[in-house]
Amino acid sequence: MKRIYIFKRFERFWHWSQAALIITMLVTGFEVHGSYDLLGFKTAVTTHTTAAWSLVWLWVFAIFWHFTTGEWKQYIPTTDKVAAMFRYYLTGIFTDAPHPFKQTRLSKHNPLQKLAYLFVLAVINPLIWITGWFYLFYNDWAAWGVDFLNLEYVAFFHVVAAFMMLIFVIAHIYLGTAGHTPTAHIKAMITGWEETED
Amino acid sequence: MNIPAKKIYRGLLLIGCFLASSVSANVAPAEPAAAAAASTAPAVVMVEETEARKSTSTADHSKFEELKKNFKNGPEVTKACLTCHTEAAQQVHSTKHWTWEFLNPATKQKLGKKNIINNFCTSVTSNQTFCSACHVGYGWSDDKFDFTSENNVDCVVCHDTTGKYKKLPGLSGHPNYEVMEWPPHSGKFREPTDLKTIAQKVGKTSRATCGACHFYGGGGDAVKHGDLDSSLKEPQKYLDVHMDAKGLDFSCGKCHLSDSHEVSGSRYAPTAVDDNGALMRGDKGDRNPTTCVACHGKAPHPPGTAAVEKLNSHTDKIACQTCHIPAYARGNKATKMTWDWSTAGKLDEEGHRIQKRGSDGNVIYDSKKGDFTFERYVIPEYVWFNGEVKFTLFGDKVDTNNVVKINEFQGSAGDPDSRIWPVKTFRGKQPYDVGNETLGVFHTAGGDDSAFWGNYDWDKAMAWGMKAMGVEYSGEMVFVETEMSWPITHMVAPKEDALKCDQCHRENGRLQNIGGVYMPGTNNTPMLDWLGYAAALMALIGVLIHGGIRYYMSKRG
Repeated sequence: MKRIYIFKRFERFWHWSQAALIITMLVTGFEVHGSYDLLGFKTAVTTHTTAAWSLVWLWVFAIFWHFTTGEWKQYIPTTDKVAAMFRYYLTGIFTDAPHPFKQTRLSKHNPLQKLAYLFVLAVINPLIWITGWFYLFYNDWAAWGVDFLNLEYVAFFHVVAAFMMLIFVIAHIYLGTAGHTPTAHIKAMITGWEETED
Repeated sequence: MNIPAKKIYRGLLLIGCFLASSVSANVAPAEPAAAAAASTAPAVVMVEETEARKSTSTADHSKFEELKKNFKNGPEVTKACLTCHTEAAQQVHSTKHWTWEFLNPATKQKLGKKNIINNFCTSVTSNQTFCSACHVGYGWSDDKFDFTSENNVDCVVCHDTTGKYKKLPGLSGHPNYEVMEWPPHSGKFREPTDLKTIAQKVGKTSRATCGACHFYGGGGDAVKHGDLDSSLKEPQKYLDVHMDAKGLDFSCGKCHLSDSHEVSGSRYAPTAVDDNGALMRGDKGDRNPTTCVACHGKAPHPPGTAAVEKLNSHTDKIACQTCHIPAYARGNKATKMTWDWSTAGKLDEEGHRIQKRGSDGNVIYDSKKGDFTFERYVIPEYVWFNGEVKFTLFGDKVDTNNVVKINEFQGSAGDPDSRIWPVKTFRGKQPYDVGNETLGVFHTAGGDDSAFWGNYDWDKAMAWGMKAMGVEYSGEMVFVETEMSWPITHMVAPKEDALKCDQCHRENGRLQNIGGVYMPGTNNTPMLDWLGYAAALMALIGVLIHGGIRYYMSKRG
């Protein structure tokens, strides 16, 4: 067993605060959508809006951090070992077969993880942010000259993206237990230190 | 001593009522009579309140020689008024309070009480002796009334401060000058109207004077409008935040700003949208000063939190009234919601008029009028409205198979000049002249043998009424279903009682029928939701199975 320092302090802060904000926005967002009655519509809306602005700020810092540290390269996708990863999750993981991917400081994410995060970055996030931004500034559409838009469709795609995010969160939390022990990854995300096989 | 003794009594009585006995003991010696009078105290508080609202006028009309006489009738009073207020009658002549006519500048429809047929008492024509109890004039009994007569303007009905001046239906706009049984056959008698006292105490208009007609529209207290009834004479704050008698205490004229007797605000051509911001003194133009925006401006909710900003941004879709008048008829008086004329005329076995009352005491059937329903605390209906109201007038073709819209509020979701407005929609059935293809005009009241209220003969009543409209009655009538709407704009609740977000933003919320606008929270994409939750559930089941196998294998392994 070897311990390596994978997740730096800002990264951990970013991860967990983003997790809290996204879960908050899922809970309040589906209430605003009308799926259930939990906090009350008004509180749901204001909480959702506040969380959205908080996430905007968090992202401003995160983007800055990724570019200044070069960590953005962690999200460059690769096809190398993707099939091996699939096989691992379908069979190897049950029989304690060796993990096909070796985590290092320069390569934190396994190939499937990279693809999943790229999908979040390139598909879910743009969809959710663009629709969310127009949703938030609904009253300014005329001033922006975009009043050809229809809130019904904007809201529709915002909700579509929200469902994708919900599914991502479910899968992400589960795969967080797929380390060499169920809590290994989660601990690493808290302390920054990952235990890997030699 | 300058202060009238009466006033001191009242002041002391108040103190006597509300303060500790030691206080009244301190005061009593100054005016010993007060202690004796204290036993008759209870009504004093109200008197005192009225006194507090005393006129600030620079003229005491009781000192005017012209008013120190025993007037025989109303026109004599007016004549006296006009000796000083030389232009007043002519000013009144140009208002719709006098003409009962209104030309809608946008639709060119000729409206006004004189012209429209509503679905309450339906039509003024042929019934003037009764209807003109609410006309600001004397003597309008038929189509020969002289609308140029200055002395026939009724000054007092709007400027009375005594509350003793009453124009009675059937007297063509006059109050009673002799002893008169009122209500008819009640065994109660009204003394002749004391015109001298009333004339000497004239003053500004008030909620009571405007309300003397406007609270009683449709034939009784609260009947027609729903947002105007006698509970607004001395309302508490919950009922109307502006008129609150112990608070802001607005008179009608505070909002319905008047100039040269022209009173602002209109139900024929309402201002549905006011995008101009607060109306500043000196602003030129012909803006309606009777809008919420004219005082509160375009961003009425003080800026601050995101929630408040959201309220301000709602004003591009929603009239202030929609949230701030959560219900009408909130003064504990029931307003009429339906009126079915088709059942009128049923008599008891002896051929006498029948009157039935509902459990709340309101008349629900009257041989003279038919069936009614009443409601209190009514949730309004909501419509897109751009300020234009189209009426179905006499002679207009209608489709009798459908509900006839006596008036129709124009506007739509896509129109930037439309807002969502609360309305009272009144429904009923009323006569329709089949041969002439028009809403019927019939003769309701009068001592003659054709008036429906007395003879219960539709054909006679119709023949008379249609003739008064200049048309020969075809001899065939049916009852058509009709609908008429009024914007709800009075009875503005305190902000705590305004609608909450989720009264509309929910499934089956208040605006569920408004259409044309996407409303978050109304759960309106069931298909997407079903698919989305199914996918999420499958993901959850998938990871649980995967995790289950991992657990099982690790235990076995």
